[in-house]
Amino acid sequence: MIGSNAKLLGGLALALLSSVALAAGGDLGQAEKQATNWTAIMMFGVFVLGTLYITKWAASKTKSAADFYTAGGGITGFQNGLAIAGDYMSAASFLGISAAVMASGYDGLIYSIGFLVGWPVITFLMAERLRNLGKFTFADVAAYRFQQTPIRAFAASGTLVVVAFYLIAQMVGAGQLIKLLFGLEYWMAVVIVGALMMIYVLFGGMTATTWVQIIKACLLLAGASFMAFMVLLNYGFSPEAMFADAVRIKTEVATAGGKTAVEASTIGQAIMGPGSFIKDPISAISFGMALMFGTAGLPHVLMRFFTVPDAKEARKSVFWATTWIGYFYILTFIIGFGAIVLVSTNPGFLDAKGGLIGGSNMAAIHLANAVGGNVFLGFISAVAFATILAVVAGLTLSGASAVSHDLYSTVFKKGNADSAAELRVSRITTLVLGVVAVVLGIAFEKQNIAFMVSLAFAIAASANFPVLFMSVLWKDCTTRGATIGGFLGLITAVVLTIVSPSVWEATLGNPKGSALFPYASPALFSMAAGFIGIWLFSILDNSARAKEDRAGYMAQKVRSETGIGAASASSH
Amino acid sequence: MENDMAAKIAANPKYQKLVATRSSFGWILTLIMMVVYYGYIAIIAFNKDVLAARLGEGVMTVGIPVGLGVIFFTILITGFYVRRANSEFDQLTREIVEESGK
Repeated sequence: MIGSNAKLLGGLALALLSSVALAAGGDLGQAEKQATNWTAIMMFGVFVLGTLYITKWAASKTKSAADFYTAGGGITGFQNGLAIAGDYMSAASFLGISAAVMASGYDGLIYSIGFLVGWPVITFLMAERLRNLGKFTFADVAAYRFQQTPIRAFAASGTLVVVAFYLIAQMVGAGQLIKLLFGLEYWMAVVIVGALMMIYVLFGGMTATTWVQIIKACLLLAGASFMAFMVLLNYGFSPEAMFADAVRIKTEVATAGGKTAVEASTIGQAIMGPGSFIKDPISAISFGMALMFGTAGLPHVLMRFFTVPDAKEARKSVFWATTWIGYFYILTFIIGFGAIVLVSTNPGFLDAKGGLIGGSNMAAIHLANAVGGNVFLGFISAVAFATILAVVAGLTLSGASAVSHDLYSTVFKKGNADSAAELRVSRITTLVLGVVAVVLGIAFEKQNIAFMVSLAFAIAASANFPVLFMSVLWKDCTTRGATIGGFLGLITAVVLTIVSPSVWEATLGNPKGSALFPYASPALFSMAAGFIGIWLFSILDNSARAKEDRAGYMAQKVRSETGIGAASASSH
Repeated sequence: MENDMAAKIAANPKYQKLVATRSSFGWILTLIMMVVYYGYIAIIAFNKDVLAARLGEGVMTVGIPVGLGVIFFTILITGFYVRRANSEFDQLTREIVEESGK
């Protein structure tokens, strides 16, 4: 990057700056603006150029609605696995989990494990049935044998609510992260993310969204692997030596804070075992259920099952996704400990009060600087942005599919919309969603939005998942039962979240202890509301429609098990 | 798919075998995964000292290998299912599809 190269790249970065989208993670909290980081901006510029080129290529392949929604079904299991992993490895999980490990050690591991354990359950019970029954959206599966209008309306609501909360969290995270890493203004960051994301989705549809996600997943895995490798190299690949050093440092910090020798050594050793992350059993189980089953109800993850040719590839995708996500969480654990030993001891990374410069979520970023210097710092910063951008594109695509495929084509046009009109509606929806995301992202800048990602998971687990699960696996489920139960789960999850401490007290500013619902996650109760609602209103349903619904189960089951009659692999 | 066609497939003994074997296999593995994860969470919720106990002379605790073990177990059990489903179950599915004449 010296001499003529620097001139060229600098010009490139400047030209890009106005159109570049920068991405960020979920609940990253408030961040301080940093000095403009040109290395990071240049690296991100290269990423954006590359992905725009891919979008151009993808645009030439995106001619029908099927291409737009599912990339024509031509993604392989391995590629799709990487893309799913990419959807999951958000900047929030990369920066957030490594920061949690740096702060409290073992608790960060418990947290990350919760995000992983839903995958086997999806594989065992849902993956191939989803692929065999579905075409473009998860509503295709849920509404297979039911009356289309009510179920589609429910599924579109479930999708849009989940997408909205997830999207706001990502947009706010993007703005905060960009202040941290690139030194740009908050609003600029949000506008850039919105603009780039719209370009990917509008022109490249699922093909571009998937490849952006795959590239980013590879970059993130490579960068995180390098960091973990360098940390372990420092200790001759002895985890014991690394852990011992981390415990020693935590102990020294506690001693310096005025603790007695015994207290300090307890505090130091505490990072090696469970701490205060899990307070009471109900919260623990409820939170675990939100993560485990929420994964199986996230619309932007579910739609990825329709991009592969058949059930076999669908299974392979979840296996690869599980492998990469599991590997990634092991890396973030090592990175968190690396940050304890290499970042928290280096005054160059600390502010006057002894905290990390830029906030606690900067752990992984400072570690990148510590192990790889300024160029690698730029690389990791750029990857963190790319990550948010890719996740936001996937979310927008799934929201657009819900509107154009479920609402416009199936509900309003009764399935008679032509592909071109459907495609036009998806693109208009993409534009609208992009603008709404930018506006809400700016509106929520100063809000405490930490609850939004967990709310998205809770709604996915309590509304989308029960309807999907019961419609596929329970013969006596009816249109009425699924619709009422699904909305019950959705409403319960939202209401319980509003009256829980994280919103009622932390966001709405009510006095501590005034929250009506004491637990960290509503999932245990709202999932029960969803499932019981579906069961109760199905068995009470004696309408003519209910008889039709039940009579349709056998054909649905045969197709879900064998794939006979399943939507063809490719539209070409 | 026509209902009589579905009925014909549903009557095929191979189909019944596929559905019975695969669904019990899937549910058993689901149960095992739930026991492993919620068992782990229950230990933390009720008696976290078990995981904080040291393994030897050093700082290493029981919790580290157990936690990483849950991650490896999750990957392995997924691979275990996919392997059997992509060979044995898919073979059976292919035979059913061929016999259905479609």
